[in-house]
Amino acid sequence: MQRILSLGAPMRNCRLLLAAITLVTSSAMAESTATTPEKAPSVSEKVLKNGLKVLVKEDHRAPIAVVQVWYRVGTSYEHEGITGLSHALEHMMFKGTTKRKSGDFEVVLSRIGAQNNAFTSQDYTAYYEVLAAKHIETAFELEGDRMRNLVLDKDEFAKEIEVVKEERRMRTDDNPNGVMREQFNAVAYLNNPYRAPVIGWMNDLDHMNLDDLKDWYKKWYGPNNATLVVAGDVDPEKVFELAEKYFGHYEKSVLPEVKPRTEIPQIGKREIRIKAPAKVPSFRMGFKTPGLITAKQGKVEEWEPYALDVLANVLDGGSSARLTKKLIRGKEIAAGTGVGYMSYGRMPEMFIMTGVPATDVSVDTLRKAFMEEIELMKTTLVTQDELDRVTAQVIASEIYQRDSVQHMATTLGMLESTGIGWQLMDEYEEKILAVTAEQIQTVAKKYLNEDQMTFAELVPQSLTEGAK
Amino acid sequence: MRSLLKVSATLSLVGCLFASMAASAGPKIEFWTLDSGLRVYYVGIDDLPMLDINVTFDAGSARDGDKYGLANLTLSMLDEGAAGKDADELSEAFESVGANFYASASKDMANIGLRTITLKKPFDSAVNDWLSVIKSPEFPEANLERLKKQLMVSFEGAKQRPSSIAGKAFNENLYGDHPYANPGSGTEESIVTISTDDLKAFYKQYVVEENAMVSIVGNVSRAEAEALAKRVADVLIAGKKPEPIPEVKPLTESKTVFIPFPSSQATVIMGQTGYKRGDPDYFKLYLANHPFGGSGFTSRLMKEVRVKRGLSYGVSSYFSPSRELGPFVMSLQTKIAQVDEAKKVMTDMLATYLKEGPTKEEIEGSKLNISGGFPMNIAGNSNIGNYVDVIGFFGLPLDYLERFTDEIDSITQEQAKEAMQRRVNPDAMLTIVVGGESKEDEKKDGASK
Repeated sequence: MQRILSLGAPMRNCRLLLAAITLVTSSAMAESTATTPEKAPSVSEKVLKNGLKVLVKEDHRAPIAVVQVWYRVGTSYEHEGITGLSHALEHMMFKGTTKRKSGDFEVVLSRIGAQNNAFTSQDYTAYYEVLAAKHIETAFELEGDRMRNLVLDKDEFAKEIEVVKEERRMRTDDNPNGVMREQFNAVAYLNNPYRAPVIGWMNDLDHMNLDDLKDWYKKWYGPNNATLVVAGDVDPEKVFELAEKYFGHYEKSVLPEVKPRTEIPQIGKREIRIKAPAKVPSFRMGFKTPGLITAKQGKVEEWEPYALDVLANVLDGGSSARLTKKLIRGKEIAAGTGVGYMSYGRMPEMFIMTGVPATDVSVDTLRKAFMEEIELMKTTLVTQDELDRVTAQVIASEIYQRDSVQHMATTLGMLESTGIGWQLMDEYEEKILAVTAEQIQTVAKKYLNEDQMTFAELVPQSLTEGAK
Repeated sequence: MRSLLKVSATLSLVGCLFASMAASAGPKIEFWTLDSGLRVYYVGIDDLPMLDINVTFDAGSARDGDKYGLANLTLSMLDEGAAGKDADELSEAFESVGANFYASASKDMANIGLRTITLKKPFDSAVNDWLSVIKSPEFPEANLERLKKQLMVSFEGAKQRPSSIAGKAFNENLYGDHPYANPGSGTEESIVTISTDDLKAFYKQYVVEENAMVSIVGNVSRAEAEALAKRVADVLIAGKKPEPIPEVKPLTESKTVFIPFPSSQATVIMGQTGYKRGDPDYFKLYLANHPFGGSGFTSRLMKEVRVKRGLSYGVSSYFSPSRELGPFVMSLQTKIAQVDEAKKVMTDMLATYLKEGPTKEEIEGSKLNISGGFPMNIAGNSNIGNYVDVIGFFGLPLDYLERFTDEIDSITQEQAKEAMQRRVNPDAMLTIVVGGESKEDEKKDGASK
């Protein structure tokens, strides 16, 4: 059974799903003013004395809630030799505290039917519980406890690091496209920490030790380096009280200085070939671009990230977008295409395009067609129909995304943890709808140039010879 | 991510659909049958201006006959050309009003659905186009050829993924000549034999009112839902319900298939046939599997294989019921050198569990988890829509959701043990291992059918 929750490829959703809360009337749907649904309740914010920021997003559609604790630490805070440390620590965060022995955490949550998990990215590590709203205090108690009282046990770590290595083998080592993505990043970024994989290089995992984790936990897991996000059928005042009760007694941490590590300007095209056991050739190309954070810092025009975002949608925001229409149908030279503008980092990232050639079509042919599409963006204004289509999709997508409280909480946490600020959620749609064809042309000319491009090609090798 | 549970859960979407059903307050499902025969399921939800409408047919890949991939291609071709519009125009029509058209086939079901906002103008436009696609698909020749070529690339892609190779081998060896052995999207050999005439014939035979149900979930009133349902019936031809698909014959002895692959890990799937929808042991087996491998980090498999031994990132077990017998599956991935240990641990743990059954604490904990998780599983239009489709398609009672907790709560520790013992046969396990080098005494392709 399939329900498509949102538009386009997963990469694309990350952008569209950020569409703002307020419906804005547009030319495409001028009548919407009459029936515009009520504005969703806005976010309530409170910062505790110890620096913990608490964000509450009310949604009373169902008697459930999401509790998330976000720490501003991830791979981009690591350095060479300790890659994967933030993620490994995330695994160890389920292993018991001074109050609870290993395994109890899961039992307590399981007995109230709560779902729980965690995720680590370049810029943050987040832990969450999804549960009946009446049980949120349990989540607060558990998360409050492990913010400071984690017990890092040598034997537990010895086993868990093996689990992490198995995770790496599964996601990356045995997945040729995973290998390509990892090496692509390592080449695209030279001095910026985004070059390292979130899960860490295998050699770094082999040499990771318990003291590394203890040090990392002590450095970064403090209230003033965290954001607590609660969404769902909750009362903000009650949430603030619980936050005070379970987190308010912790002292502020002395946080390490975070060096900027700004990526040096790219001064020429970079290309790599990945030869791995595989059957299907593919490629990945990326252009260095500013992010929302760059605009917030005033380093580029405020509209530039939004123009890049709409540009990505014109190229690949659905089955009627250019790449599918012209290359998958049309010329029939692609079996698959993807475009994603990575705009939500705490540092600038890239505009990414991926392609899988159709049978008997070379990587070079499809690559050339991609470059022609980019060139077209520079020479010819996108049409009003295309802008209207993106507008309609953004408006609709915003409504569909509200079906999930988890989604709303995750968006808030991510924006806050990267320094972009959760308020962007309220501005996003309006700014996307304000993008003009001329602005799209301007950013295409400014950023989508070969000198800022990194290109990786997966060159399939035999699956029957040279087994590892 | 620390855990792949979410991912593994999707492997058995239908099986886990009622993963945590309980409590008393389910969504209010209204049901009626049109004079013309169409079965209609409706849930009015007015807090978001959106609607999901989905027509489901008994027309999954189990209906492919010897043309594997027929149902999938038929459904995939709908928006490639219909009612005088080509693929470009159709995609433009839906996307320009923010609507999602979708059509797909799984093992038992085929569905044609629409998600749209309910502001009048885009709503009317999306619904009109959606109905015209159902009424007048054109199955253009050139588009079929293109989709076949795209499928060929995806078949190649599957050959570089150990999990896909293992899943395919598991189905083939478990189901033999039963239609469930069909990989759904077909094979290199089968799809070349499929013509547009085949698609048209399949559509005419199976995508018919007598073989359909429609679910309407979202921001329309009962009266509007009734009108919508009539419009769906109007675009469907009457047709007739197909004969039931054949019964599945369970394996009678254990079998291991090894497939060499140049990977650092081996992917292991062990299992056999489980149960089907409406099975009298359904609730007992559902509850019995929960503490064994169905409850994530509190399950026996996870605690032993991952937490205690560090052998695998993910490990789980599940029953995935379907129209006929779906599989019971245990699976993990581990580095090649550990594969024998991992297989042995899973086998031994199953044997112990069958012999001793769940503990009192396990049964109590699982009941609490299942009932406590109920509100999350029915939150939101998407979840509700999925449940309604399953209830309608398999003819489950309308109060199924409301009853689920009580059914689970009424089962005793002894009943769970007895059902698991009676229904899982450790002497007829199919084991698939993908990864590692070819060994002398095993066939190279491992397909020892």
